[in-house]
Amino acid sequence: MKKLVSLLMALTMVAVMVAGCGSSAGTASGEATYKIGATGPISGDAALYGIAVKNGMEIAINEINEAGGVNGAKFELNFQDDECDAEKAVNGYNTLKDWGMQVFIGTVTSGACIAVAANTYEDNMFQITPSGSDPKCIENPNAFQVCFADPSQGKKSAEYIGNKDLAKKVAVIYDSSSSYSSGIYASFAAEAANQGFDIVAAEAFTSDSKSDFSVQLQKASDEGAELVFLPIYYSEASLILTQANQMGYDPIFFGVDGMDGILGVTNFDTSLAEDVMLLTPFAADSTDEATVHFVNAYKEKYGEVPMQFAADGYDAVYAVKEALEKGGCEPTMSASELCDKLVAAITQVKITGVTGELSWDASGESNRDPKAVIIKNGAYVLFE
Amino acid sequence: MSFLSYLIKGISLGSVYAIIALGYTMVYGIAKMLNFAHGDVIMVGAYSVFIMSTSLGLSPIFGVLTSIVVCTALGLTIERVAYKPLRGAASPLAVLITAIGVSYLLQNIALLVFGANTISFTSVINISPITFGSNGELTISGETIVTIIAGIIVMVGLTLFVNKTKMGHAMRAVSEDKGAASLMGINVNATIALTFAIGSALAAIAGVLLCSAYPTLNPYTGAMPGIKAFVAAVFGGIGSIPGAMIGGVLLGIIEVFGKAYISSQMADAIVFAVLIIVLLVKPTGILGKNIQEKV
Amino acid sequence: MKKLLTNKIFKNNLITYGIVIIAFVVISIIKGTGNLSSLFTGLLVPLCAYIILAVSLNLVVGISGELSLGHAGFMCVGAFSSALFSKCVVGTMPDGLRFLLALIIGSVLAGIIGVLIGIPVLRLKGDYLAIVTLAFGEIIKNIINVIYIGRDSKGFHFSMTSEMDLNLEAGGETLINGAQGITGTPKDSSFLIGFILVMITLFIVLNLINSRDGRAIMAIRDNRIAAESIGINITKYKLLAFTVSSVLAGAAGVLYSHNLNNLQATSKNFGYNMSIMFLVFVVLGGIGNIRGSIIAAVLLTLLPELLRGLNAYRMLIYAIVLIAIMLFNWAPGALAFREKYSIKNWLSKKTGKEEM
Repeated sequence: MKKLVSLLMALTMVAVMVAGCGSSAGTASGEATYKIGATGPISGDAALYGIAVKNGMEIAINEINEAGGVNGAKFELNFQDDECDAEKAVNGYNTLKDWGMQVFIGTVTSGACIAVAANTYEDNMFQITPSGSDPKCIENPNAFQVCFADPSQGKKSAEYIGNKDLAKKVAVIYDSSSSYSSGIYASFAAEAANQGFDIVAAEAFTSDSKSDFSVQLQKASDEGAELVFLPIYYSEASLILTQANQMGYDPIFFGVDGMDGILGVTNFDTSLAEDVMLLTPFAADSTDEATVHFVNAYKEKYGEVPMQFAADGYDAVYAVKEALEKGGCEPTMSASELCDKLVAAITQVKITGVTGELSWDASGESNRDPKAVIIKNGAYVLFE
Repeated sequence: MSFLSYLIKGISLGSVYAIIALGYTMVYGIAKMLNFAHGDVIMVGAYSVFIMSTSLGLSPIFGVLTSIVVCTALGLTIERVAYKPLRGAASPLAVLITAIGVSYLLQNIALLVFGANTISFTSVINISPITFGSNGELTISGETIVTIIAGIIVMVGLTLFVNKTKMGHAMRAVSEDKGAASLMGINVNATIALTFAIGSALAAIAGVLLCSAYPTLNPYTGAMPGIKAFVAAVFGGIGSIPGAMIGGVLLGIIEVFGKAYISSQMADAIVFAVLIIVLLVKPTGILGKNIQEKV
Repeated sequence: MKKLLTNKIFKNNLITYGIVIIAFVVISIIKGTGNLSSLFTGLLVPLCAYIILAVSLNLVVGISGELSLGHAGFMCVGAFSSALFSKCVVGTMPDGLRFLLALIIGSVLAGIIGVLIGIPVLRLKGDYLAIVTLAFGEIIKNIINVIYIGRDSKGFHFSMTSEMDLNLEAGGETLINGAQGITGTPKDSSFLIGFILVMITLFIVLNLINSRDGRAIMAIRDNRIAAESIGINITKYKLLAFTVSSVLAGAAGVLYSHNLNNLQATSKNFGYNMSIMFLVFVVLGGIGNIRGSIIAAVLLTLLPELLRGLNAYRMLIYAIVLIAIMLFNWAPGALAFREKYSIKNWLSKKTGKEEM
C-alpha cells in the first residue's frame, strides 16, 4: 500500500512537472533573445519587496522590447521565487541556469544575495542586484549593486544629522533579525561618535515581535530623544508613527531608503508622516521626466504607486541594457562571455535612472548621492 | 511612573493575546487539536472588517458582524473539509499537519487576493483614552479598554456556556470521551462543528481587536500573534478558559517587561524562557488540570 | 546467514539501505554524464540534510513517541558552531580534516544542547513537550541572532549587543555578525559526503531501533507505566533517543551550512517553520517508518521546486497538495476506500492468489 502511495505521489509530481514546463515554454520564441533571470521573494512575508522588484523589471523590459530591444534582440524575463531564503535562492538560481539564463538580476534581499553571489562567481555569471544592500553582495568582481550599500546609508544619515545639527539626543529603533536594518544601524552608530550627537537609546525588535513598538518608543521618549532614526522598512515604520502619535510623542523621525513607500501604505493617515525625513534615491512624486513616466506606467499596470524596490528593479534592467549595448554583446553569446563583456562595459555606463544618476566602478557599488527629502502635506519635498 | 506605564502596555498587548488564546483553547479543549490555522482565520477576519468598513464605508458594527459571519463560515468549511475526515486517524499528528497546510493555504490565498502590501488598519473603536497623571504619562487607550472588556465578556460567556447550557454539557462530554458521548445520544460531529464555529467567531473578534490595537494588516499578520497566543494558552493551561485569559495577559506583561528592562533584542527568548520555567514547575500550565495517570 | 536473510526486520532494513545506495549510484551516473540539471545538482546536498533531519526526528516522534517542535534548533546549533570553526581555521589545515573536525564539533555541540534540554524537558508530556521544544528552538534562534564574534591579533572578542562593541582593531575580522550571520563558510559539503552521512544516520537509527535499547524506547512509547513497572529507566531511554536525534540533526546542520556561502538564522530556515516542516516529512512518510521519512523528505523538498512553473500560484498549490496527501494517507474514510479499490487487491483477485 505504501508503494501505491509513493507511486501516486510520484505521478502527481510528474504531472505537475509537465504542467510547469508547459507554462514556461510559452514564452520561448524563435528569434534570439537575451535571457534575463532574477530571483526574489514573491511568497512569504518579504513578498512585497520581491513583487515590487519583479513589477519594476517587467515594466522596463516591456519598454525596451517595444522600443526594439538591444540591437534588435529582445529581453526575456524569468523571475523565480526565493522566499527570502538563501537555500531557496540558490535553487531558484539553478532553475534559471537550466532555463538558459544569460544575465542575472538579483537577488532582492541581502542574505539570499550573498549566498547566490558565490554561485554566480563560480559560474562567471554577470550579477547585478537591484536591492541587496549588504556590501558582501558585491564582493566578487562580477557583482554590481543598484541600491545604496548599507554602510554608506548609515554613515550618510549620521553625517546628515550631524551637519544639519538636527538633534543632540538620538534614539534608534531597528530590526535586529534583519541584516539590512542591523547593518545600517551598525554603521550609523559607528559614525555617530564623530558627529557630536549621542545615541541615547538603541532599541531592537525582531521579525517575531513586530506588532508592538510602544515599549521602544516609550524608552526613546523617556531618554529625551529629539530624533528617532528608523533604519527599517516602511511597513513597520507606519506602525511606529501611528503608535508614537497615540502616545503623544513627537520627535523628528529620520528614515532611510526602506522608508520610501510609507505614503503609499493603503489607508495610512499621511498626516502622521508629516515632517518625516528620509534619505532616499527615489521619490515617487519627483517631477523629473523619468520618474513621472515610470510612476505612471506602474500605476497603469499594477494599480499602485511604485516603491523604491520597484525603481531599483527598473533601473537594474536599464543598466543591463546600456551595458549590453556598450559592450557590443550578442544574444547568442554564452553567459560567461557576456559576463566578461558586461563587467568591462558597466563601469563606462552612465544612466539617468529613476533612482538618480547611476554609474559604477569596479567595486560594484553605484556612485551617487542620496536625496534628503522631507514629507510635507503628504508629499516628498527635497530638503536642503 | 514608567513602571506603571510599561505595565499598562503589557496588559494592552496581553489582552490581545488573551482574546486570541481563548479561541485556541476552546478548540483544543473540545477537539483536542492544535488548530495552527487559527491565526490565519484572524487575518481573514481583519481583512473582512477592513473591506466592509473602510473600503465600502459601511458602519464598523456591520463590518464586525460580517467578519464574524465570514470567519464562522470559513471555520466550518475548514473543519468539514480538512479536519473532519481525519477524525479517528491513527495518529493525532495527522490533523496537526493538515492544520499547517490550511494555514499555508489561507496565507497564500490572501497573498493573491489582497496583495503583499501592508495596509494601515483603521481602528473600529471610538472611545477616548483614559489618562492619569498631570501630563498624560499613563494613558490607557480605548482599544485596550475594549479588548479587556471583550476578553472578560468572552471568558465569562464561554464559561457559562460550557457549564450551564445543554450544548455546553455536550461539548464537555465530547471532550471527556467521544465514544461515551455518542452513546449518550450526543451528536459528536455536530458538537465539534459547533466548537469550530464558536472558535472562528472568536477569531473574527480577535482579528478586529488585534488590528485596532496594532493597526497594521498583511497576509502574515495573524501568524505570529497566533503562535504567541498558542504559547499563552499553554502557559495558562491549555483547555482552561480562564487560564487562556490569564496566560495571555501574563505573556504580554512579560514580553513588555523583557523589552523594557532586560534587552529588546532578546525579548522573544525571554518570553519563551519564562514559559519553559513555568512549565517545568507546573507541567500543565498555571490553571491546567493535573490528570493522574491510571494503570 | 540464511537465518539472517529470512529475518523480516533485517530484510526490511536491507531494502532501505538498498534504495539509498541505488539512488546514489543512479544519480551519480546521471551527474557524471552531465545530464543532471543545475537545479537537481544544487539540491542534492540539501536533500541529504533533510533526509537526515527527517530520519532523526522520526526517532523522537515515531520511535520514542514524543512530539518535538524544536528540531531546527539543533540543526541551527550544528550549523553555526561548525561554520564558525571552519571559518576560523580555514587555510590552516587540509579541507578534509577541517570538515571532519567541523562535523564532530557541530554534532557534539548539538548533542550537548540536546542533553541539557532533554533532562528537564522530557518530564513533560504531549503538547506541553511540543511547546517547550518549540520554545527552545526559538530561543536558540533568537540568541544566535544577537551573537557577535570577532577576531583580531589580540584573540577573540565576543559581544551580545553590536558589532562595534567587539572593539576590533583595524584589520580584525568579524566572524559572526549578529543577524547578518556567517559569510564565507568554505563549501566543503558534497553529495558524496551527504550520502555517507545519510548512510551513517540510517545505520545508527535502524540499529538503535532493533536493539535492546530500541525495544525499551518503544516499550515506553506504547505503555509508559508498564515499561516502568518492569524496571525500564524511563528518563535514560527517552534521553538516549532525544540525544541521538539531536546529534544527527547537528550533523545535518553541518552539512547544510557548508553548502551555503551565507548563513543567517531566520525564522524561515531555523525557526519553528522549519521544525514543523520536518514534522511534516515524518508524519507524511509514516510515523515510525524510516523509509517513509526518506521518501517524504525527498518528495516534499522537490515539490515546491518542481512547481516553479506555476509562479505566483506555487505555494498555494503546494498547500493544497499537502492537505490532499494528508487526507489521502491518513483519513479513515480514504483508507477504507483505498482498501476497497486498491490495485493490489484487484490484481490478487484476478490471479486468484491470496495476499499474504
